[in-house]
Parts: sequence; structure tokens; C-alpha cells
Amino acid sequence: MLRLNEQVYHAIRRHGEETYPHECCGVLLGRSVDGVNDVEDAIRAGNTRTDSAHNRYNIAPQELVRIQRQGRERGLDIVGFYHSHPDHPAQWSKTDFAEAHWLGCSYVITAVEKGVAQATNSFLLTGTTEEDKAFEDEAVEVAALETERC
Amino acid sequence: MKIHIPTPLRVYSNKQDTVSVSATTVGEALDALTATHPDLKKHLYSEEGKLRSFVNVYLNDEDIRYLPKKGATEVSDKDALSIIPSIAGGC
Repeated sequence: MLRLNEQVYHAIRRHGEETYPHECCGVLLGRSVDGVNDVEDAIRAGNTRTDSAHNRYNIAPQELVRIQRQGRERGLDIVGFYHSHPDHPAQWSKTDFAEAHWLGCSYVITAVEKGVAQATNSFLLTGTTEEDKAFEDEAVEVAALETERC
Repeated sequence: MKIHIPTPLRVYSNKQDTVSVSATTVGEALDALTATHPDLKKHLYSEEGKLRSFVNVYLNDEDIRYLPKKGATEVSDKDALSIIPSIAGGC
């Protein structure tokens, strides 16, 4: 299961709207405990696929190294990634699957139709190797932010 | 030096996010890592013994594939290696 708070959930969806008609992408930092990828923060990343940004994304490894370092300093791990599908369903594609290598991590996809975020789905990359990996539908729990009480 | 292990591979490094090794070059460091944690080897290298195409190894902020001396690049205890699988896709 993927757990994230409202603020992170909306930030991911807003990112996809901002970059429309191009794909957005980013990294989910948090903790993986007992089968739950618990997201603390979503870090925006640049899409290096400027040649085909409407239907491809790629995060520069150097940026990933930096984000992983930031996470380590905060006691957080990379537990997933997100990207958008402009005018395309929130389902993983053959390209998403072929390029997915972070076993145990959540891959979140938001469909953005005519600039407006629609469905947001998550897929857990299961398996133990490249040869037996698979995407599984993953439940998404959006926790309401606790408000301060007077 | 320290080698940072990404989340998917920690199952093969006794759940350690960072492994410390003694090495004088990048190649020695990676050899020391897979000697201590042999199960990591097939996840990092192809059958031909080359780094898998989607596995990136960074010496601090430099991709080791683009270092002039590649695996023979000298390292010190202050350096860190980061193993980072690639992330890409699209609809």
C-alpha cells in the first residue's frame, strides 16, 4: 500500500497540471515499513526527455543521487516515483514497465486531461529480479492533514 | 569509503543502506562490495560481467562510465559511491 498525506497527493497532481502537455516526474521520499510505502515528501525532478516530453520522462541519475542524499540526511529513503500521463489513462505502459527497475517501490501515475488532473493510481514493482518483476495495482491511502486545534 | 545502496538492493546487503569498504580504486570498491555481499553481483552486472545498462554508479557526483580512468579511478576514504538504478518511462 502507498500512504501519503493530502498535501503531497495534491502536490503530485498539481505538478502534472503545471507541466501539461509534457510529462512531469518526481521522487517519493519516505519509509517502507511492513509492506507500506509511507511517503513523507515528494521531490520534483526535471524531465530530461526534452526530445519527447509529451510521452516520455527520464530523471537524470545525478539528480537522483542528490535526492537520495537529501533523503538520507532527513532519515528518509526513496520509496517511489511519480509521473504524469498527459491525455492518457493513469495506467502503466510498456515503456513504464521496461524502464522500471526499483523493485519494491511505488510508481504513481496521474492522468492529466486537457491540463486537469484526473485519476491518480499507484503500481508496486514486485519481484526479486529484472526477469520476474511485475507491476501490481496498489491501494493508495490519502491521509488528511491534522489541523491544529485552538 | 562508503557505498550507498538503493532501497531495492538492500535486501542483498543485510538491509544496510551504506556499506563501508577499504579500496584504493572504484573497481576495488565494487569488488569488495560484491565479495562481502555476493548476491548483489547478479543485480549489478550482466552475464558478461559489465554493469547492467540501467545501473548507474556515481563517484560523488560523477558517473563512473564517464571518468577518464573509469574503474581504475583512485578513491579515498572521503569519497562515496552511489548505486542508482535508472528511472524513466512514459505513456
